[in-house]
Parts: sequence; structure tokens; C-alpha cells
Amino acid sequence: MSVPIERPPRKDPQAATRPAELPPLNRSRSALGMTAWAARGIFALQVCDACGRVAYPPRDACSGCLSTSLRFQPVEGGATVIAETTIRTSTDLYFRERMPWRVGMVRLDSGASIVTHLHGDVAVPGPVRMVAKLDKGGNAVVIALPAEDSDNMADDLQFRELTASPKFRRVLVTDGRSAVGQAVAARLAGAGAVSVFVGIAEPWKPFAGQSELAAMANVETMELDLTDTASVTELAGEIGGKTDIIVNTADHVRPGGLVGQDALATAHQAFEVNVFGLQRLAMAFGPGMRARGGDGTNSAAAFVDILPIHAFANLPEFGFHSASCAARHSLLQCLRAELRPGGVRVMSVFTGPVDDDWRQHVPPPKVAPSQIASAVLTALNEGIEESFVGDVAQDVMARFLADPKVLERELSQ
Amino acid sequence: MTQRGNPRRPYRDVAVAVPVSIPYVRYSQDTAHWWIARALKTLTERAGITPADLDGLSVSSFSLGPDTAVGLTQHLGLTPRWLDAIPMGGASAVVALRRAARAVEAGDASIVACVGADANQVDSFRKLLSSFSRFSQDASYPYGYGGPNGSFALLTDHYMRSYGVTRQDFGRICVAQRDNALTYPQAIMRKPLTLEAYMAARPIADPIHLFDCVMPCAGAEAFLVTTADIAEDLGLEQARLLSTIERHNAFPDDAIQMRGGWAMDVDELYAMAGLRPDDIDVVETYDDYPVIVMMQFEDLGFCKKGEGAEFVRSHDLTNCGSFPHNTSGGQLSAGQAGAAGGYLGLVEGLRQVTGQSLSKPVEGARTALVSGFGMINYDRGLCSGAAILQGAAT
Repeated sequence: MSVPIERPPRKDPQAATRPAELPPLNRSRSALGMTAWAARGIFALQVCDACGRVAYPPRDACSGCLSTSLRFQPVEGGATVIAETTIRTSTDLYFRERMPWRVGMVRLDSGASIVTHLHGDVAVPGPVRMVAKLDKGGNAVVIALPAEDSDNMADDLQFRELTASPKFRRVLVTDGRSAVGQAVAARLAGAGAVSVFVGIAEPWKPFAGQSELAAMANVETMELDLTDTASVTELAGEIGGKTDIIVNTADHVRPGGLVGQDALATAHQAFEVNVFGLQRLAMAFGPGMRARGGDGTNSAAAFVDILPIHAFANLPEFGFHSASCAARHSLLQCLRAELRPGGVRVMSVFTGPVDDDWRQHVPPPKVAPSQIASAVLTALNEGIEESFVGDVAQDVMARFLADPKVLERELSQ
Repeated sequence: MTQRGNPRRPYRDVAVAVPVSIPYVRYSQDTAHWWIARALKTLTERAGITPADLDGLSVSSFSLGPDTAVGLTQHLGLTPRWLDAIPMGGASAVVALRRAARAVEAGDASIVACVGADANQVDSFRKLLSSFSRFSQDASYPYGYGGPNGSFALLTDHYMRSYGVTRQDFGRICVAQRDNALTYPQAIMRKPLTLEAYMAARPIADPIHLFDCVMPCAGAEAFLVTTADIAEDLGLEQARLLSTIERHNAFPDDAIQMRGGWAMDVDELYAMAGLRPDDIDVVETYDDYPVIVMMQFEDLGFCKKGEGAEFVRSHDLTNCGSFPHNTSGGQLSAGQAGAAGGYLGLVEGLRQVTGQSLSKPVEGARTALVSGFGMINYDRGLCSGAAILQGAAT
């Protein structure tokens, strides 16, 4: 079993903050295929179309038959670890700060040999489960886990580097007025977060779920209006130095496209919350998080954004809302690059239509706030960069990957 | 496909001569060009020729960039009609020798200078690692960035598990080599090493400890390849090249490296020389880590697979011992000057069989086996080679 991590003591304000070094960043283009799958939590390797050989390390031609037709696809993670080492010196600054580091050689059941991170609970030699995750630099790496779950296994320090677990971290949930925000706050507070700050806009206005929110342990409501730069800056001044995870649950949803009478005002509102709200958060909290990305057990870890799957293709019934989400998706890609130097992960949780007041006429299946809360927790615990919550989100993504133009026509019928 | 066959032709009167080792230094501001120039100058002076007499040049260096062997000819004012660059790390010398031998034999060149040299500025080892290979970049460095230590730690761990080998067994190799190094005035490591000190050394990447690792440094090694007649005319002490082997990416389906390419070609190595392992007087293996030395003892036929540790326990590996091995201390004690590390054993073996030894001479040494091993591309070394040299009968 892993030794449980302990709650870090209060930080000494005079002590140096460990710099946010990153593990080696360079990868070949082939290797990025593995990263694309790992970003969605899937262990995928290249498989040769011609002879079926599983190829690793990523390459441009099959070493079994010289075919150049290699495609990444999910593979079984069953493997046997045959050798191990504990590396105690390195010329790399990231690993130097984190020594000793356990590494193993595994043989996949499907035949490839893999040098891998080795979870502390793995016994050598023996069976392991291989999973792919993103390291702090945003690249895919593999880690060998015990064949069966072990006690406190998420607390293994090498494993924790590959996740953004809320345990002992402080979280800001940006919109506590919504059912989604309340569900996320409750779930993260129950998952070991030290505190969950919950933003409430216009707190003098009552809202559904208010008393339940106030009664949650480790949850603290704070005034926060994402459409008001001063409000966001003020909150960052208060808690920015200790916010390790942000979950942006805000979403301004209204039906309508470009042609309606009051479309312009609605569009402005949607962009104020969904696009500029995101920007205000990033402006106010981003620099602090980026500076604290290597800061030990409760380092800054993740910026999670929950947004509709129609960021990928416009749903004309909610045309401007879709457009704001497309902008949001694009900006998350930018934010991912901007926070990467700090080792802070930007996670997108794409959802199908939420079961709320503005989407009463949208046919099922719809997504319950609790499903989204679970997906957020899973994304943090597993280090998943892109999650797709509910059947609609998964279906739209599959169709988007098949052909975006076909999807456009399908969504507009 | 019908096989007509293409049997290997024996080497005809290929002479290897003028072993040159430019003393290593731990860190140096000088460039690979500087080290190569020093080696070539010493080589030509000792051969009694001028640089213009070198009509063949073979270069191995990791730190020549952005130059290549081509740029080096202009830089050094050489006008060879035969030019080679061997980027094979620890296998470079054997491979350079093989190619040069055939060039000389065919008359494509008459006097080939083979040189391995590298600079070592502060921080240059880290920079060399960072751009070593694509598979290392994608699939090795992101895992703890242990460099060669990490890769060899995994091989060593697996080898120890498979054959019940202990750290003491590796220690015997390292201690014997240090004893040899103490007789070699140019060795970087000058202090005696005991088995106790070996065992007590700090861990680097378990089970690899400090004295299992080479010391990166700067330096150069070189030798000449020519015909027996020319060597004789120049009055050079010469060794004849009896046989060589070379292999790359051997046994790719082994889950982890337990043997090198020597195991594929060892029969040919001895058959071509008309010798048996018992006939070898001096053995110079590639020793970036002791585990690979043990594998070479096995794969080169001195003992069976899995018996390397027992072989080490039952032999004295010093220059006066029952199995003189890495007689100048090897890289483990003489230092690893980049690609020159691949030359160290060949140059030392050449000195031993031509009566020019700088280290304690191995008594009656006439025949040397030199093996090379190079280039951890991802999880294993890919290049292997070996050569047998024989000095004049005494």
C-alpha cells in the first residue's frame, strides 16, 4: 500500500517556492498521437494495419513488415514488469527535484517492451496494468499500476504528478447559483479538498439550493461576478495565492441565433460570461497558479472548464450560445499553452444539454448536474484533459471526428 | 530465393599500427576539432609521415557539430581520397577498422587514420543526452531522465534476477580494472578501489552504483590502418587484422537486452581468425557498465550464457592474471571520452600485442580480442562488433 500523503503545513512565506520545472517536452510527431489519446484517458498505441504488430516506441514504419500504415488505437493494458530501477540522479531539473524516481521495464501482453513509470505498489517481477496519462508538460507517458487496486494508491507521489487530485488542495467553483456549481462543490468537498470556495454573483438575490450550499462542510461562499472585472480581481487578491484548482461552472445559456430581434443583447451577455468571464478568471488567477505549479503536495494543479459539446459544431437553436462555447474552446487551447510552463493542467469537460430551465424543450437524454460533478472529479483524479459527459456529448464528438461537415448538417435539421 | 552464397574473404595483410591515446581531461574548453588534430599530429609524427600522406580518414565524434567529417578535412587541411564517419559510439573503432581494412586491401586508400575524439565542456553531457535519439526522446527520457544509467540499470536488474548475479560479481570486474588502471599513467581514476569501497558507493540508479559508471571526459584515441608492406617500410610495429564482426539491432524480439549481436556472429569471428577463445591472450571489452562486460564474456564464447558471474569469480582479470581484461582500466577507470571510449580498448589491445604497452604489459601477449558496443537508442545498445588482432611472433 502507498503511504498516505499528509496535509501540508501552512506555508512559510519566506521559503522559496519550488520552481515549476517540467519534464522533458520534446516529442516526435508520431508520439503526439499517443498524447491525443491519453488526453482523453485512453491507453492507445500504434497498431500495424498490415500485420497487426503493436508498435512502441511510436514510429513511422512497422518494424515487423515495413508497412507505413500504423494507426493509434486503444490497446489492452495487461503487462508484466520484468525489471525495475530507482533513479537517484539525473541531469534533468524536473526529475532532480523529485528523486528518487521508480522506473520499470514491462512487456505488454501484446508484445511490446515499454520503459515506464512504476507505481510504488507494483511488485517486480509481476503483473501490472498499463495506463497512459499526461505528464506536467502535457505529453503522454505510461505508468504501470498494480494489477489490483492497492490502498491509498492515488497518494503515490509519482502517480500524483500525473493527476490533479483535489486531496489537500483548495478549489474555486465559479458559479454556485447553478445546480452544476453546487453539485461540483459538494463532490469536491467530499473528495478531500481542504476548502472549496464557491463564487456567488449578486449574493443578495436568493437562489435554489442556497441553504444546502451554506451547510456543506469545507465550503465557503465568496462574492464573484464573472462579468465584473473588479469582482474577479478582488477575489483573486483574497484567495488567488492559495487556489490550486479552478472549476469554471459558469455558462450563460439562451436559445436563439443571429436573426432574432433581441439577438444582439443576448449574444453580448453570452460572451460576457462564457468568453470574457473565462478571460477575467485567467487574467486574475492564471499568473499565481502558473507560479505555484511545482509547489509540492498542494501545488496549483488544474483549471477545469465545463462547456457544452456544441463548442465543436453549432446547434442553431442555441446558435450564439454555441458560438460562445466555440470561442471558449478555442481560448482553452490557448490557456492550456499559457499555463503549461507552470505545469498547470487545463481540462475541458464537454457536456451534452444540461437538464435546466433554459433547455426544457430539448429532448432527452440530458445530463444531470451530478453526472457533471462526477466527470470533473474523475478528470482531476485521473488527469484527463478532455472529458465527454453524457450520451449526447459522446455521440456528437464521435460524429465530429468522423466528419465535421456531416455533423453540421445533422445538427441543423 | 536460391542462395549462391557470399563467403567472407579473409583479410589480406592488413596492418594496424601506431596506437595513440591523447591524455584525457575531465572537462576541457577545447573542441572535438582540437582533440582530433592533436591525435592526428601525434599519429603522423610517430609514423614518420606527413599529414599529406594520410589518404584515408575515418572519424567518430559526437561533438563535431555543426561540422561533419567533410568540414573537418578543410579545417585540418587534409585531402583524403577516402573519408568515413562512424557514428556508432562504443562500436566505432571496430567498425572503423573493418571499413578501413577493406579500403586498404582494395587499394582505395593506402594509409587510413582512424580517430575517435570528443570534447567535454561543462554541461555538454546533458546537452548530448537531450538530442541523442528519437526513441530516447519519446520513450526513455520522459521516465526519470536517468540517461544511460537508467537504461543499464534496467538491464542490470533483469540480468541479476535471471542468473542470480550479485553486485559483488560486478564489483570484481570494476576492482580488477582499477588495478589495471593504476598501471596506466593516462587513466583518469588514480585511486585504488577496493571491493568494500565498491559495495559502499552511493546508488545512482539501483542496482547501478557510483563505481559501475564511467566518468565522462574529453580526449582522443587513434590508430593507423595500412598494408603490411607499407607498415614495414615505415618501420612500424604492426598487428595483423585476423577477423572482425559487426551487427546492429540484434535479437529485436528479446523483451529486454540479455545478449548483444556478438552472440549471432561469434562463430564466424573465431572461424575467420582460425582461433578459439582459448587462444586469446588479451581481451578488451566495451565496459560502459560491468553488466555488458559480463554479457560479452558470454556472447564472445569465454563462457556460456548465464555463467558470466561464475567466470568472473574463477578468473583474475588483471594484467598479470589468468584472464587479462581491459588492461588500461577500461572506460570505468581510464574515463569515457565520448566516441573515443569506443577506441580505448582497440588502441590498448594494439599496444599490448605490439609491445608498446603503457600499462603493465601482459606477458607473452600476441593475440587480442577487442569488442565494441554502442548506442542506446531506447532500451538497449544496438551496435556490436569485435575484432581479433595478432602481433608478430616473438
